[in-house]
Amino acid sequence: MMITIQAVYPIIALLIVITALQAALRTGGSGDHNPDTNRWLRVTSRWRETAFWAVLAALFAAADFWPDSITGAGVLLLAVLAPASGVRESVAELRQAGGNRLFIPLLLIPLLTLLGLWWLPQLSWRGQPLVAGAQASLIALAMAALLMWWWVQRQTKTTLVNVMSAGTPLFRAMGWALLLPLMLATLGAVFAKLQIGQAVADGVSAVMPMQVRLAAVLSYGLGMALLTVLMGNAFAAWPIMTAGIGVPILIQQHGAEPASLAAIGMLCGYCGTLLTPMAANYNIVPAALLDLSDRYAVIRAQVATALPLLLCNLALLYWLPFRQVL
Amino acid sequence: MSAVPAIIGLGLVVLGFVFRLHPLRVVAVAMCAAAVAAGVELPALLAIIGEAFRKNRFLVLFVLVLPVIGSLERAGLREQAHAVVLRLQRLTVPRLLVAYLALRQLSAALGLVSLGGQAQTVRPLLAPMAEAAAFATSAAPSAERERLRALCAATDNVALFFGEDLFVAFGAVLLMQGFLAEQGIALEPLHIALWGIPTAACAFSVHALRVSRWRTDSAFDTERR
Repeated sequence: MMITIQAVYPIIALLIVITALQAALRTGGSGDHNPDTNRWLRVTSRWRETAFWAVLAALFAAADFWPDSITGAGVLLLAVLAPASGVRESVAELRQAGGNRLFIPLLLIPLLTLLGLWWLPQLSWRGQPLVAGAQASLIALAMAALLMWWWVQRQTKTTLVNVMSAGTPLFRAMGWALLLPLMLATLGAVFAKLQIGQAVADGVSAVMPMQVRLAAVLSYGLGMALLTVLMGNAFAAWPIMTAGIGVPILIQQHGAEPASLAAIGMLCGYCGTLLTPMAANYNIVPAALLDLSDRYAVIRAQVATALPLLLCNLALLYWLPFRQVL
Repeated sequence: MSAVPAIIGLGLVVLGFVFRLHPLRVVAVAMCAAAVAAGVELPALLAIIGEAFRKNRFLVLFVLVLPVIGSLERAGLREQAHAVVLRLQRLTVPRLLVAYLALRQLSAALGLVSLGGQAQTVRPLLAPMAEAAAFATSAAPSAERERLRALCAATDNVALFFGEDLFVAFGAVLLMQGFLAEQGIALEPLHIALWGIPTAACAFSVHALRVSRWRTDSAFDTERR
């Protein structure tokens, strides 16, 4: 027997089912926030949101058991069903400060995750490792979170169902933003199949005079940032740019030192990650979690860090890999 | 392979995001258009989409934390964070965010990336603490509050990105090492990770300078001066 991350998906599906039910019953105080004055629009938007969560729950639970093409069709259906915006949380009644013990679970989640990360890979059952090494961090996080469900349930003297439904307003506030990281990963897979990154790398190297070191450095660094903005993921952009420009031109023609070139090139991509809505789990999901009215607000807050930092990276990229070998 | 499907797919995505159309529908249309232009059949496209969804479900794993956050917030977590900050008279927005930036970046560099995060830390703790430090009265306009909350989220991202790449066992470092080894360039992971330090120092300096320039509109923080 081996615990895999697949075991967690039915639990997530259950949370989404609860969200679907709450959307259907319109509990959680969102009714008066609905901008549609027309009664028919109100009813359809309610059922549309319910259907969105229901389909998402089904895909989460069943993707391992039915053919991928059904999941694929379901994902496209979700894109059609998705409500235009998340359901903003109703302004809560004034609450009493709840005491410092409320901070305990927030500290325990990371600590238990670390503990699990160290402890889980050492466990074995009938000679087999209990947890696949690559999944240890995800499983540790999931276990820490589930333990805290129980802790919170004990501490606040409520039922487990109440704890589970306490997450619902957050799910509904996120709405489509919850699905966007998955959707963009899917787009990345389609783009990879079509070799779209290669087309960008080829385009860049076709127009720049690569025999000039500055031009080659700028192509690599800015190309990393640009391709990351387009793909939303520096990990996906880096092999393409490094195979296209880094290794053949900078290392082999200009004699760049590979370790510093690779590291700083990747970090040019990270500056791109700060700038793009394609990196949804960092830039778009938090805007929804923090109930910001501008979905690009987090990116706006990052521009003034990312651009100077990209400039630093380009300077480092021009200097460090080419310093005189001592 | 021609570049036409690439241009169609990327062009639709960029246009869709620029004009703020519904992101899910933009991505779905771009995927389908690029696939059609490349001559991929519909069943094959659905299978690619389904497989990517199935394999990437782990991206949403953080939602397991949401019931905890929601329950704690019902019990008054954010109000408590607010109250704690009000007792710490000398805690200002710059001090809070610079300290968070430093701690988060250092812990990420040691591989402890789970010590923070947008769902676990920024929403329930950092953002309410920053708001309490910035706005003495609850009358502050929501635009200012949203700007501050976005800055909190940005601080977590900057610290995470430019900290975690210093950790030798981090995926990016191993990806680089593996890829270069395939190209016949053998390197130590530690060697690659160490070259992230200059950029990490720049990232800390640039962002710390930015957050330390945070000034709350004086009309709303007279009580704290």
